[in-house]
Amino acid sequence: MIRKVLTEFSYVPAKLDRGYVNKTLYINVSDYKISEKPVTEMVKEKFIGGRGFGLWYLWNAVTPETKWDDSENEIIVSPGPVGGITQYPGAGKSLVVSLSPTTGTVVDSNVGGHFGPLLKFSGWDALEVQGKSEQDVVIFIDGNAGLVRIESLPELANDSHLLVEQLTDYYACNEEDKRSISIISAGSAADHTLIGMLNFSFYDSRRKAIRLKQAGRGGIGSVLRNKHIKAIVVKFAGVKGNLNNPADFNKIAKTGIKLHKEIKNGDDKQCQMRVRGTTYLVKIMNDYDLLPTYNFKYGSHSDGEKITAPHWVERFDLGKADGCWYGCTLSCCKVVGDFVLKTGPYQGQRVIMDAPEYETIAGVGSNCGIFDIDYIMECNFYCDTYGVDTISFGTLTAFLMECYENGILDQEKTGGLELKFGNGVAVLELLHQMSRGEGFGKIAGLGIRKCKEYFVKEYHADIDFLNDIGMEAKGMEYAEYVSKESLVQQGGFGLANKGPQHDEAWLIFMDMVNNQLPTFEDKAEALHYFPMFRTWLGLVGLCKLPWNDIVPEDNNRTAEPNKIPEHVQNYVDLFNAMTGRNIDIDEMLRQSERVYNFQRVFNLKMGFGTREHDSIPYRSVGPVTVEEYQSRQDRYDNQLVELLAYNPEGKSTADKLQVLRNYREGQYQKLIDAVYQRRGWTEQGIPKIETLQALGIDLPEVIAVVKKHLA
Amino acid sequence: MIKVNGRQFPWEENLTIKKLLEKKNYTFPNLVVKINEKVIDPENFEVAVIADGDDVKVIHLITGG
Repeated sequence: MIRKVLTEFSYVPAKLDRGYVNKTLYINVSDYKISEKPVTEMVKEKFIGGRGFGLWYLWNAVTPETKWDDSENEIIVSPGPVGGITQYPGAGKSLVVSLSPTTGTVVDSNVGGHFGPLLKFSGWDALEVQGKSEQDVVIFIDGNAGLVRIESLPELANDSHLLVEQLTDYYACNEEDKRSISIISAGSAADHTLIGMLNFSFYDSRRKAIRLKQAGRGGIGSVLRNKHIKAIVVKFAGVKGNLNNPADFNKIAKTGIKLHKEIKNGDDKQCQMRVRGTTYLVKIMNDYDLLPTYNFKYGSHSDGEKITAPHWVERFDLGKADGCWYGCTLSCCKVVGDFVLKTGPYQGQRVIMDAPEYETIAGVGSNCGIFDIDYIMECNFYCDTYGVDTISFGTLTAFLMECYENGILDQEKTGGLELKFGNGVAVLELLHQMSRGEGFGKIAGLGIRKCKEYFVKEYHADIDFLNDIGMEAKGMEYAEYVSKESLVQQGGFGLANKGPQHDEAWLIFMDMVNNQLPTFEDKAEALHYFPMFRTWLGLVGLCKLPWNDIVPEDNNRTAEPNKIPEHVQNYVDLFNAMTGRNIDIDEMLRQSERVYNFQRVFNLKMGFGTREHDSIPYRSVGPVTVEEYQSRQDRYDNQLVELLAYNPEGKSTADKLQVLRNYREGQYQKLIDAVYQRRGWTEQGIPKIETLQALGIDLPEVIAVVKKHLA
Repeated sequence: MIKVNGRQFPWEENLTIKKLLEKKNYTFPNLVVKINEKVIDPENFEVAVIADGDDVKVIHLITGG
């Protein structure tokens, strides 16, 4: 392959000490400057690692005026101090932070695979990439040789499934060495859309295939391609179980063994993650009226069964290890071993692919009114190889379909695409257009928020209706759960720092089904604890799934089973055993609170982060249309009687819709008040100075931003 | 009548936890069930009988994502 080395940087790969290397790697692709930076004790103390490191380095890189496509914007990848251990399941997460093309502010996205751990073992707690190259480049980090290069490899393919194969073959010395390589890449659609995603590769030696995991949210793939970075490759041979050099290895091993036993004994009786992966959620969500269908109008569908776990399991290549990092016995990342593509540039080719997760199935499937697993797999494959976030693509396409069915769009405007609900052929063509940067695909690739503006300006669409049905908040498309009957989940989505992603809080069952959060105080407490707890996983480099997709047998006898107390204690033990520190659960939550509040202030710095930015579309709160109301008329009529003492008899659906809407919108505002109060924020959602002081995140530059907004 | 998660629900003779879960279509696998605050283990769902007036909790653990 033709290669030109543009610059080269040598370093001495440092060994880890208690989870940290104490160095980060800085690369600027504008001037090809490469350097190392020390990690200070202050940064470790206040930001821990992972998402925390990413936020801190980005904060220092950008100004309030910086836009996502400015060269000052960065992509930061950090695995966290616990990340990379092989004794505890789910320890291979990397956290990626950047300014988002769709939200305009800071976004974080977590992803499995080998990149984060291999980066760490190569001698770096984080990778900070800034600048914008004039030509496509590959960043290559050789952790054994102590070498970083920026290279030009002009013959590389654009799409990830080909690109990672070329690069793995190119950089690996032999078949065995392929395990040493992990690659970050995007794809051709990330060149032309704002919903670009990052693939993180790892080599599956059992199947002799390269697998891809995704940092999907926030359009960071578009940032990568805007910087003209084709790929970031890390190579490190010699992974062993003790490379983190923890303070107490035996404690980590013991904690891991306990969870492995739980999984072995409990998974078959619980979620069956080892067989079904996250596909098990499809039936659950359909049963509880939470599976989005037809752009979140409804929560279930009579054809929902067609896309449930048994149909996926039939297509899975089971019986081989399915963890995305060594030692993960929960092994949720499933593989479809032999799939023949039916459309697009790779039509007719046989591929091995990572199977769709729940979010993809619900997003590109049920939410678009399509209940066909072959279509979903095709869509999943192309989203991945083109570098498109399946969640944003699914939610966006469902929105476009509702626009189409309401006459806002037609075939003339879409260039012939008949974007009716259920039309998988049109969806795939839309996706192919995104990869080519052509036609309506290019408009759609702007994401929902910018599409709304475009449709109002160009097609004179009704902005109020678009705002009601466009399932985005802060500019990010919603994750795939219907939140109408859970006020707390409405807050979980609306109040999330980066936008409506469920990795802060998934509280629908606690609220809607269990009825455990009757008062606003209860709701606010849940919307404090769970986002803080879950943030912590992203600081240290752990996956959320082993927290609650497997539970100890005696969890039902604990005081707060929803928190899975034993697993929370495991995390405290892991952190202490790794770092030699002695935190308790309260300090663990404070660690998160510091970073969480810092991220809120970061939003303020970028011109976001106040109350109006926590507003949500009414479709996520209640029924927008008459047909939606009438589909669950008994439920809504009963609520009018029970909650408002309003007699629905003889009233038109339009009247009832409005009464219900006034009530629900009022409830959401009360929820925001309660949550802000619990979090120590003002009525406008600004962290109070005393809150920041109490948490120890009252850095002068943080206080300066807050003071400006309090003035 | 019985209470299920604080809400009224009709009682019937020989109503077991298993039958109640079927009636409510509670298909989620990770449930914590209590009758009058007494924990019922999953292996007893089929035999644990609910009496009229009982307070039943069917706590669904958190899922999603």
